[in-house]
Parts: sequence; C-alpha cells; structure tokens
Amino acid sequence: MPDLNEMKEVILKYVINEYAEEDDDVTFDTPLISGGLVDSFSMVSLKRFLEVKYKISIPDERATPDAFDNVSKIAALVQEYL
Amino acid sequence: MSNIGSYENRVKNFSWAIAEQELGYHEGDVINIGWYCSDRICQQGKGNKNALIWEGKGEDEKRTYTFNDIRILSNTMGQYLRKLGLTDGDRICLFMDKVPELYIGLVSILKIGAIAQPLFSAFGDESLLVRLENAGTRAIITQRKHASKVQKILEKLPNLQFIIVVDDDGRKPLKEREVSFHLDQAQRVEQFDVFPTKAESPSLLHYTSGTTGQPKGVKHVHYSLISQYLTGKWVLDLREDDIYWCTADPGWVTGTSYGIIAPWSLGITQCVMDAGFSADAWYSFIQRKKITMWYSAPTAIRSLMKAGDDVVRKYDLSCLRHLASVGEPLNAEAVVWSEKMFGKPFYDTYWQTETGSMMICNYPGMKVKPGSMGLPFPGLTAALLDPDTYEPIHETNKVGLIAFQPDWPARMRTYWNNEETFQKKFRNGWYLTGDRSTIDQDGYYWFIGRDDDVINTGGHLVSPFEVESALLEHPAVAESAVVAKPDEVNMEVVKAFVTLHKGFEANDEMELDIMNFIRKKLSPLAMPQEIEWMDKLPKTRSGKIMRRVLHAKEWGEEIGDISTLEND
Repeated sequence: MPDLNEMKEVILKYVINEYAEEDDDVTFDTPLISGGLVDSFSMVSLKRFLEVKYKISIPDERATPDAFDNVSKIAALVQEYL
Repeated sequence: MSNIGSYENRVKNFSWAIAEQELGYHEGDVINIGWYCSDRICQQGKGNKNALIWEGKGEDEKRTYTFNDIRILSNTMGQYLRKLGLTDGDRICLFMDKVPELYIGLVSILKIGAIAQPLFSAFGDESLLVRLENAGTRAIITQRKHASKVQKILEKLPNLQFIIVVDDDGRKPLKEREVSFHLDQAQRVEQFDVFPTKAESPSLLHYTSGTTGQPKGVKHVHYSLISQYLTGKWVLDLREDDIYWCTADPGWVTGTSYGIIAPWSLGITQCVMDAGFSADAWYSFIQRKKITMWYSAPTAIRSLMKAGDDVVRKYDLSCLRHLASVGEPLNAEAVVWSEKMFGKPFYDTYWQTETGSMMICNYPGMKVKPGSMGLPFPGLTAALLDPDTYEPIHETNKVGLIAFQPDWPARMRTYWNNEETFQKKFRNGWYLTGDRSTIDQDGYYWFIGRDDDVINTGGHLVSPFEVESALLEHPAVAESAVVAKPDEVNMEVVKAFVTLHKGFEANDEMELDIMNFIRKKLSPLAMPQEIEWMDKLPKTRSGKIMRRVLHAKEWGEEIGDISTLEND
C-alpha cells in the first residue's frame, strides 16, 4: 500500500498542475470544492485520475463534494479502496 | 399579497408601460441600465442602503457596498476606462470570478455606453479565443490568475488592446498589453457624465452555443431593463426589505439579468458568495445573511437534495420567503422536496439567453404544479408550433415547439456578426426557442426537451460541434461524435464517442488525458464525463456522422429511420 504522505504529495501535485491557476496557493488542507478551485464537473476528472493512478474504483456515492474537499480527505478516501 | 397580485388581472390589463412609468422612462428618453442600477437609486434617497454584501473564499474576505458606493465606484471605473480611450460601442469583456469588480465593472461599462461581454471565468483559452475574436473585443477586465489564459491567445487577437488586471500585486512585471487597475486604490469619482444611451443602444453581449457553428453573441439593448425590472418585481417578487441571493455567475445571462440588473434597478440588497458548492456553506450563508429571496438552479437544488435532509436541519432557514429556479426544467421531486424542507416550493422560471428575461413562469400565489414550467408572463403571446408547418397547435398535451410572438423589451436584437442565423430564429412571425413542450388543459407548459442536439448540462448549453472540433485537435483522436447523456444531478452531461488514430491505445489513461484536454481547452462543462471507444462511428452514405443514432442509444430511445446509414 502506498505511503499516505507520499500519496498526498502525488495528489497535491496533480491538483496544482491540473486545476490551480497562477498564484493559487494550494496545500493539503485547501478547500478544493467549497473553495471553488475544483468544480463539480472537474471533480469527475479528479476521481478518474485517482482510479487510474491507484487502480481502484470509487463508488459514485462516496465521491461527494465533502469527501473531495481537500487533498487530505481525498487521500484518506483512496486508502479505503486500496 | 405578492407584487403581481392576481395573474389573471395582470394578463387582462397588461402593458410594458407599467414598468416604463415606474422607472420614469418615456419613449425617446435616455435609458442607461448602469445609471438605473446606481445613480437613480441614490436619487431616490436610498444611497446608504446596502447594494452588495459579498463574501469571498477566505474567512476574512468580506465586503459590503451601499448603492452610493456602487454609484461612485462605477463612476471611478468608468472614468478609468474612458481614460484608456474606451468608448461607446466598444466591446469590453469581463472575465473574472464573482468578485465585486465584476459587478461594479458591468455597471461602469454600461455607464460609458460600451458593450459588456461577460464570460465565465472557467472557460479555457480556446473558448475564450472564439468569443473575443467574434466580438472584436477591445479590452478585457480580469484577475491575475486568469490573465495567463488571455496571454496564451493574445497573438490571435489584434483588436484586444488592454488587459485590465484588477488585482495585480506588483510582484511580477506586467506583460504585453496589461494594465493594472485597483478599484480600492483609485481616486473616487463623485461626478460622472453617464453616456446618453437610448432604448436600442447595445448593452450586453452574451455568448451561447448552438448545434452547429461557433458560439453566437447575443446582442441585448438598454431597453431590456423594462422587462428585467418587471419580471424581477412580479416573478421573483422582490421587495424593498428583501435580502436577495441569485446563485448564478454573471458569466451567464441569469447572473446579469437577475444577478445585477433586476435587483439593483429595484434597489434591492443582494448577496454574493464567491466560492464553490457545499451544502453546509450554502445553508450557512442563507442563515447568516438572512436571505429572504433565493434564485437558484435545478442542478444546485438536486445537489442539495443529494447532500441529505439532515444538513438542512442544522440551520435556521426560516428567513426564506420565496424561492425560484432557472436553467433547466425543475423536476417535480425537487419541488416537493423544497416544500418539505423549506416549507415552500421552488417556483420554476423558463427563459433563455436570447429572450433576455423570464418568459414562462410560476408566479407567487399561483398553484404550482410540480414539474411544470408554469404560464407565460403577462403581455407575452406564447404558443406551441407544429414542427413542420410552424403553425400554432391548439390541442392540449401535444408536443410542439415553444415560440413567442415578438415583441418584448429584452428580446435579443441580433447575433453579433451573424444576422443570417438570427433571422432563422423566426418563422411565420414567431420567435423559435428551440425547445419543445406540451400545454395542459389549464394552459400550463410542460418541458419535453431541446429540438436540436445542444446539450443542457447544469443549466448551461454546450455545443456538440464545439466539443467535437476541440476533440479533433487532440493528437490521438481520429473522429468524434458528442451527445448528451442523462444525468441525475445535471440533467445532461457530455458524452463523447471517439475513434483513435493508429498507434494510440484506447485505455483509462487516454480517456483521462482527453477529458483534461477538453476541460482546459474549452471548459469543465464541456469536458466529456464519459468517453466510449469506437472502431467506427455511424455515418450516412455521404459521410455525415449520425449523432442521433448515438443519442438514441444513450437515452434508450427508438433509433428511427436509418436508411441512410452507411453499410460496411
């Protein structure tokens, strides 16, 4: 199983590369969905990234705006399905 | 008693002169929406009343503006625009998140007689390019974080002279054509000569998508104020002491017609939350701001439903007096749910970018039939037309094309640089909406669907043509067809059928790569939520992709006539 901290770094890097705009300061605890950085449409691509990267399947009912609201929460969710 | 009172009496005694009189407008007078939304309210003695209560993404990002602030700050910004040499008729784009400069910027653009061109800040560079190119935009007002998207396409935009950055912190040098303007730091302008626009002077250019061709710039005029004011008063039932929240982004028409023009021309206090969606954040905002009138969208309402009833119960939402919805049909379940949770239904409203103001609505005080669009706004002649003859259908419960007889004040005046397409929107003296519905025995309209292939996702229209064109720019994609796929929350989402060039492998990594490619190039709305790999796409013998075959497959419908389908 990948190390949690390492996983958080990978997810954070992906979020910054894919969704952040210039000068956006994103950390493990930055609100992504409620903060407006990742919208509900883009959340689908973030979920797909996690599924591809970690070869898991996250049920739609678990992929809620709250569960995806920051990198720490996302990593915790991914760990459940490894 | 609601503002509209008896719907039947309003229909009997209707005239747009009601709004003209209330606004003190006479035919031939100067009419400037920017002035009506700021100076006039101050002249009525309401300068100290709050106009905008704004909350940003951070804890400490809170600002409040009175109508006098809006007046002075829009003067200030207007003077700055004039000093740059911008003038009446120029297209000035607003490309920002829901920050105060967006709202005040729109008022200032209108005050100098220029045409405001609001664009959704999540648009990618390709979406931005086609819209700025088509409009021949002279200036764009934006934030530092979005300016990089403009820089990427700058070479292709010779008409774009100024990129006005409203939050430049001076840490990095300004780039080509960039200028910095800080509203908070600018010298306040108390007196300002508002440009004397007339009824038919252009005011706004909103872009909308069609089945074919590039997005169309819908041109509106200052006279649109008349219907936006009256529908705001009668349908949204906006009242002097209301605290109003329109959740729409002014990058789309709801966010300008009913997120700026209607409330401010009525002198109403409105709240704006510039943050993403979260049920807790939304309910908390309503409770904290004591929102009385809430205008939202079915997608948001369904997302709130999905978040569960327990979240609602955590908050005191008794402040809510009236609720309304727009964007796509509001399903009956959502109406019933809102009655259960908020003690009142969401009143659905139907209109389009092209109509500029509400057309078919559920009115305060009237019986709401859950799932119905409601009844035509007083003064409008609406009908369902036979799709072959374009003659009105008189039978009930028969599907027809929703159409309106011109004229009403907020009707679009043309598509920018595309008069030919504009003319095609009219048949036999009717404006064709492109939507289909039925009418029941009581005259209520019931939405059926679009009459074309345009995808309505979360209340926003996406052109399959635009997505297909962008897909072809991905190095792996050989051919593509894009259709709507049913979706529980967004009503429809984008689905792409794709064939790949030789040497590329159809796998999950490729799907993600293509999704992100479209998201960044066009917008998150246009990103296919699903990609289905195909060996070949269904085509006619003449080589045209038969999108309807794929659409029927997605919706479980009859495929219909496939006699023109090419054989192997």
